[in-house]
Amino acid sequence: MTAVLGYYPYAVAGAIVLLGLVGIAISRDLVHAVVCLSVCQSGTYVFLLAVGFQYGGVAPIFGSTVHRGTPVVDPVVQALSLTDIVVSAAVTSMLLALVIQIAKRRGTVDPDELRSLKG
Amino acid sequence: MPGDETAERLLPLLVIIPIFAAAVLIAVGQRLPGRLVGAVTLIVVGLVGVGDTAALIITWHRRIVSWLGGWRPGRGGSGVGIAFQADQLSAGLILLAAGLMIVALAFSWHYFQTPGSHFHALMLFFLAGMTGFALAGDIFTMFVFFELMGVAAYALTGLKVEDPSAVQGAINFGIVNSVAAYLSLIGIGMVYARTGELNLAELSRSLAGDHSPFVVIAFVLLCIGFLVKAAVVPFHFWLDDAHAVAPTPVCVLFSGVMVELGLYGVLRVYQVGFADTAVADGIGRLLLVLGIATAAVGAVMCLLQRHLKRLLAYSTIAHMGMFLVALSTGDPESLAGIMLFVLGHAAVKGALFLCAGILLDRFGSIDEFTLWGAGRRLRGWDGIGVRSIFGLAALGLAGLPPFAAGLGKSLAETAMSEAGAGWGPAFMIIVSALTGGAVLRVWLRVVVGAGSEPEGIEAEGMSGDEEQMEVDVGEDIPNRMIISAGVLVAIGCGLGLVPSMSAGVTAAAARFLDTHGYVAAVLHGRIGYPRAAAPAPPGWDLRGLLLSGLTVAAACAVAALAVLRPRLPGGQRPSRVVRTPVRLLRRMHSGRVGDYVVWLLIGVGVTAAMLAPG
Amino acid sequence: MSRRVRMILLVVGLLGAVTVLAVGVSGLPAFGGHHHPYRDLAVAASLRHATANVVSAVNFDQRALDTFGEETILVASVAGVAALLRPVRRERRRRRPDVPVMDSTRLLTAVFFPVTLLIGIDVVAHGAITPGGGFQGGVVLATGIHLLYVGGRYRLLERMRPLPLFEITEAAGLVIFIAIGAAGLAVAGHVFTNILPQGQLGRLISSGTVVLLSGAVGMAVVSSVVILLAGFLDQALALEEVPDTDQDSDGAEEAAR
Repeated sequence: MTAVLGYYPYAVAGAIVLLGLVGIAISRDLVHAVVCLSVCQSGTYVFLLAVGFQYGGVAPIFGSTVHRGTPVVDPVVQALSLTDIVVSAAVTSMLLALVIQIAKRRGTVDPDELRSLKG
Repeated sequence: MPGDETAERLLPLLVIIPIFAAAVLIAVGQRLPGRLVGAVTLIVVGLVGVGDTAALIITWHRRIVSWLGGWRPGRGGSGVGIAFQADQLSAGLILLAAGLMIVALAFSWHYFQTPGSHFHALMLFFLAGMTGFALAGDIFTMFVFFELMGVAAYALTGLKVEDPSAVQGAINFGIVNSVAAYLSLIGIGMVYARTGELNLAELSRSLAGDHSPFVVIAFVLLCIGFLVKAAVVPFHFWLDDAHAVAPTPVCVLFSGVMVELGLYGVLRVYQVGFADTAVADGIGRLLLVLGIATAAVGAVMCLLQRHLKRLLAYSTIAHMGMFLVALSTGDPESLAGIMLFVLGHAAVKGALFLCAGILLDRFGSIDEFTLWGAGRRLRGWDGIGVRSIFGLAALGLAGLPPFAAGLGKSLAETAMSEAGAGWGPAFMIIVSALTGGAVLRVWLRVVVGAGSEPEGIEAEGMSGDEEQMEVDVGEDIPNRMIISAGVLVAIGCGLGLVPSMSAGVTAAAARFLDTHGYVAAVLHGRIGYPRAAAPAPPGWDLRGLLLSGLTVAAACAVAALAVLRPRLPGGQRPSRVVRTPVRLLRRMHSGRVGDYVVWLLIGVGVTAAMLAPG
Repeated sequence: MSRRVRMILLVVGLLGAVTVLAVGVSGLPAFGGHHHPYRDLAVAASLRHATANVVSAVNFDQRALDTFGEETILVASVAGVAALLRPVRRERRRRRPDVPVMDSTRLLTAVFFPVTLLIGIDVVAHGAITPGGGFQGGVVLATGIHLLYVGGRYRLLERMRPLPLFEITEAAGLVIFIAIGAAGLAVAGHVFTNILPQGQLGRLISSGTVVLLSGAVGMAVVSSVVILLAGFLDQALALEEVPDTDQDSDGAEEAAR
């Protein structure tokens, strides 16, 4: 049981990522595809934060209650996740702008109906 | 010595200066006249180019290692800071990026001045992303600059917003590359969880001797982003969509340096972090299989295109396949040959894209069939210039001596035969002949007007008639466009003539493969190079000249055959054996982003399986 | 590819991906363990520079280059969105009337608007000593401004966010970050060095340049998010396509006949 609990958060993170990818693969709507990309990325935050957790650790903000010797969770992965969130926001906004333009030019956002880029 | 420190301190400025200029352009660029914005951008990129040249000269003698913020590693060799490392190969790559950008900006001078397009700011961000990626010595920093490159590239690809296929190509590009980057981030998380480190040199020590399957998986996930960027099969589908619709100067940068940076990322991470782990057992096999598949798909699809930019994009994919196959042997001479091949390829491919852009702007189409004979309608010096630059660049792509692409190819062929892969030269000759032949076929049809009106299996490809003109040049093609293309061809030819070129790249390759030297430089400050042992190989030798001549002759034969095929008996309809798989291959490139993600997932599994021990 | 082929290939791909992830995860240390070497180094370095919020110390002091790259990505994406959503020839702006909203909504947004702005400023300013920082506070501020839109006052929102000003503050946020980094180069020889006196842990004046960098990032993030939302709201509410006038007159003629 402990062995399973030891890897459960990572499994959840992996599942979220794969769900997002499945969503993009079978999507019938580009807005849905971009949001699935965002879901896929949420899986990476869960993964990073799970990597940094410690049982019994508190938030890494030192002050009156948290002293030098108090165990804290890993601040580095939190900083990485913060960077990741900002990058995601930037990319998602750019992709949504592209979807808006596709909708205006083609009148549809269904990938099956957008066929101008065949090999 | 005091002078030594200066390079270390100023190295990050190569990334900071373009970002600063781009920020200023965003704030005030709308209010300034277009020519001023263009001039400022050119000056800034020129400044970065000068800095890159200085870095290249310094790295000829020692590495440059810069710890940002002064956060040096402590006594145990572990630190909290981020390191930048420059050796000859990375300095060469950032100089290539700056140089191509100068040519691209000169070509696009005084166009893309539509209000609000932020073209120059986006180009500067793109340059900063490429420079930071090449210099980074930390896997998360590589991810951040990889995303910066990507964000700028998506916007630049979709810049022609009135063209429906432009925005569609950009979104295919954006979604696939972003998925890959997030999978890379999982790889970074896994490596961090196992070792607690993000710095490449520190990882080298922590992962050394690790032969577990975990390390293989972590490497695969970490490199997925780079493999997608490098357009390796089956991650390559986004490249032709993006090239078909991106503005011409942007295509020059994509094919010339952005795709190659993906390959650089894989090599750097492998060489420093994973060379002493279980990955080393399977990496040769992986590069070989992926390389052959990539070259095959690229070459076949290249021959099937009538849209010039897509044809050139598939030619880039085929060349990436050749690079991978040559690198699979793992020896320094192959790497040296490929470095030179990359430089030469960037020059001639850039010139070909610029010629395609000139034809698009002059005639309003980029379709091989519509443009049949159009080259004859160009008059005067313009006509002579475009016709000869296009022809020379096509021959240079096929490997004509003394072009640097040909020299690099012959060095790589020699290295492969010496490493025991005797079939290597034959492979490279065939692939170069096929792609060079496709481009020469275009030259024969468009510039010379040879053969008759084309039809048949090639006509099923995507038409190039719907591309919009990027700038309306009318009858008189601006000189700067022709001169930019000519400069690239001249550089592509000249680099192959420089006597110390092959010695330089051989030394650079040996130093790149020196993991121990990298780690000692980054962690302990021992930045000098060990003494060189092997003598420098010659430049063009008789064998190289003969094989290059053979390749060019084969390419001409392919082109002539394609043009004259309707006149040959039985040439009208290719047999069913050829037609069905070709149609299937073409259907796979469907333009639908969901399919691309499915192939990406399959590719993850296949890559891991090929690296697995045993 | 037909749907069936795609589904089959997707299942194959998923099986491969699941196997890859499972093997990878099995090599990780168990969840919640004690061994985090980088954390120990980061905490020690943060305390040396008297920064109470270790995450901010990692972001703005130890790994400032990554934060710089991230801020650049945000500014670049705003430039990209502006380029991609630029009005093309056949579009023009129109005035939309304010949409009626419920009185309770108006009241709530009127109450929360100043509160949210204050909270946002607090989160940015105290980024080094409490949870928060430039990014988080910037987003709170930007969405706080858009409470006006939620409250149905789109035109007041347009007046309160003069876009040219925000474009300048966005670039200024990035430029100030660079300036502080360059000051570090000039004074101490390395970009992004923490050159200001670091004060005492937990006080408002502590951690040196972390607070300033956090403020610069906050400025850039507020402006970026406001400009992004403005671009999208414009597309949805304010831009419309100019109809073809020839077609209109033909249609009117047809109807009249």
